[in-house]
Amino acid sequence: MTASTGEATGGSVYEYIVRTKDLAKYYVMGGQEVRALDHVALDIRRGEYVSIMGPSGSGKSTLFNMIGGLDKPTKGTVFIDEVDMAQLSATELAWLRCRKIGYIFQTFNLIPVMTAIENVTLPMVFAGLSTDEALDKGAELLKVVGLGDRRDHKPTELSGGQQQRVAIARALANDPAIILADEPTGNLDLRTGKEIIALLKRMNEEKNVTIISATHDLKMIDVSDRVVWIRDGKIERIEERADIEVNVGVMEGEES
Amino acid sequence: MAGVVDRIPDKAGIQHQIMLPWSKAFQMTRENIFVRFGRSVITASGIFLGTAFMSAVFFGGAAAAVKANLDLRQGITPQAAEMQARTIWLVTMSLVVATVGIVNSMLMSVTERYKEIGTMKCLGALDRFIVRLFILEALLLGVLGSVGGAVIGTAAMTIMWIGRIGAKNTLVAWVTPAVQLGGKPIQLWVCVVIGVLIGGILSALAALYPAWRAAKMPPAAALRSEF
Ligand SMILES: Nc1ncnc2c1ncn2[C@@H]1O[C@H](COP(=O)(O)OP(=O)(O)O)[C@@H](O)[C@H]1O
Ligand SMILES: [Mg+2]
Repeated sequence: MTASTGEATGGSVYEYIVRTKDLAKYYVMGGQEVRALDHVALDIRRGEYVSIMGPSGSGKSTLFNMIGGLDKPTKGTVFIDEVDMAQLSATELAWLRCRKIGYIFQTFNLIPVMTAIENVTLPMVFAGLSTDEALDKGAELLKVVGLGDRRDHKPTELSGGQQQRVAIARALANDPAIILADEPTGNLDLRTGKEIIALLKRMNEEKNVTIISATHDLKMIDVSDRVVWIRDGKIERIEERADIEVNVGVMEGEES
Repeated sequence: MAGVVDRIPDKAGIQHQIMLPWSKAFQMTRENIFVRFGRSVITASGIFLGTAFMSAVFFGGAAAAVKANLDLRQGITPQAAEMQARTIWLVTMSLVVATVGIVNSMLMSVTERYKEIGTMKCLGALDRFIVRLFILEALLLGVLGSVGGAVIGTAAMTIMWIGRIGAKNTLVAWVTPAVQLGGKPIQLWVCVVIGVLIGGILSALAALYPAWRAAKMPPAAALRSEF
């Protein structure tokens, strides 16, 4: 999956789409320093499906925020395609979020007053697509995620699984290189969670989008190229596909 | 798949690659006002009541002047200066009260949407898009509220004064000075129009600070808030 698929329009293509170097995030809470992340060095290859696994409070969301440019690290660096994110201006960061990264959240985070199609097309509006182009592309994306018949439904009129599908369509709106997900199955039942994981995997394979998902859902292991285990803000171990296959049976047994 | 950031456009180019057209902002604002109707009513009601009261006070001032003029022929002296001071004081108070009301409800309205703001920033919104959306919303609500307030306030006074000085004289009140500003008499209808404009502007100003502060938050912090 280290797709070094170059592109005709030029621009060098690096093997690693995301790299973190000695990344740290400390929070100060009531005089106490919480090391949510410390000494995190992680290289993620283009086109990979990576799961960040760890118990609650281990720092997954913090890592998600750092990689996604949603918060600033205390120390260390996040490189996206070898560009140091700390060097980007606010506008450049917005550009990156708009066109290159798609975000998916545990709580779906659809805009409640907007219909499915309006949610999906909002990033396209920001990217400057015309209304017609956006509507066509949005309808197409809703079809891809299996919600072609729900385009005019508001989030409150959709089930959790359907809302997450809309969120996935929205994340794909501007053909991002990376999809960042934070516990995408955390609010879903077992079966719906499986469907969402399958959908993410399909997007990973069909669109060659790099998927980085924070999760403690062991079902995610199956589809991952690598699993990064973190604990207390530190990387505990990184398992490659080959190691994972051996262990998967045991893990799933743990879940029940 | 292309490289990710190796093609971030330059400073001039990037401005054309992230946008929120006014037409779209307006559409989003309109939907927001209707969908969150309860919240919109609360936001607008402060300015509505303020403007209704203010127009009523202006109307009262003008109508009293008309009446004084009628009475003058019968030899009664009006206490004009005292009336003036009272009108101006009442109007100022109603503006202050209305402003406190809008600032408060705009703060709440922005706070309950932190998560939405964070989400929009994840989708690529610039800080100023967020500010623009809230200002537009406040401006629309402010204008709606103050127009409504002016209509109700003057209508109520019209009904009251027709009974006292008759329909024709009540109409005359509209072009009668309601207050003197710097020695310059200002006709009632001008006072009401200015009041409506002030209502809209005050409410947009009230949204400015909370919206700007929310837009500046790192998306992670905005997303974390639960409402
Ligand atoms: N904004 C914050 N302020 C203070 N502490 C925080 C904040 N965000 C996270 N933390 C702390 O950092 C640690 C990691 O949190 P988080 O990244 O949310 O973990 P996870 O997503 O794996 O459950 C936890 O101890 C949490 O309490
Ligand atoms: Mg978390």
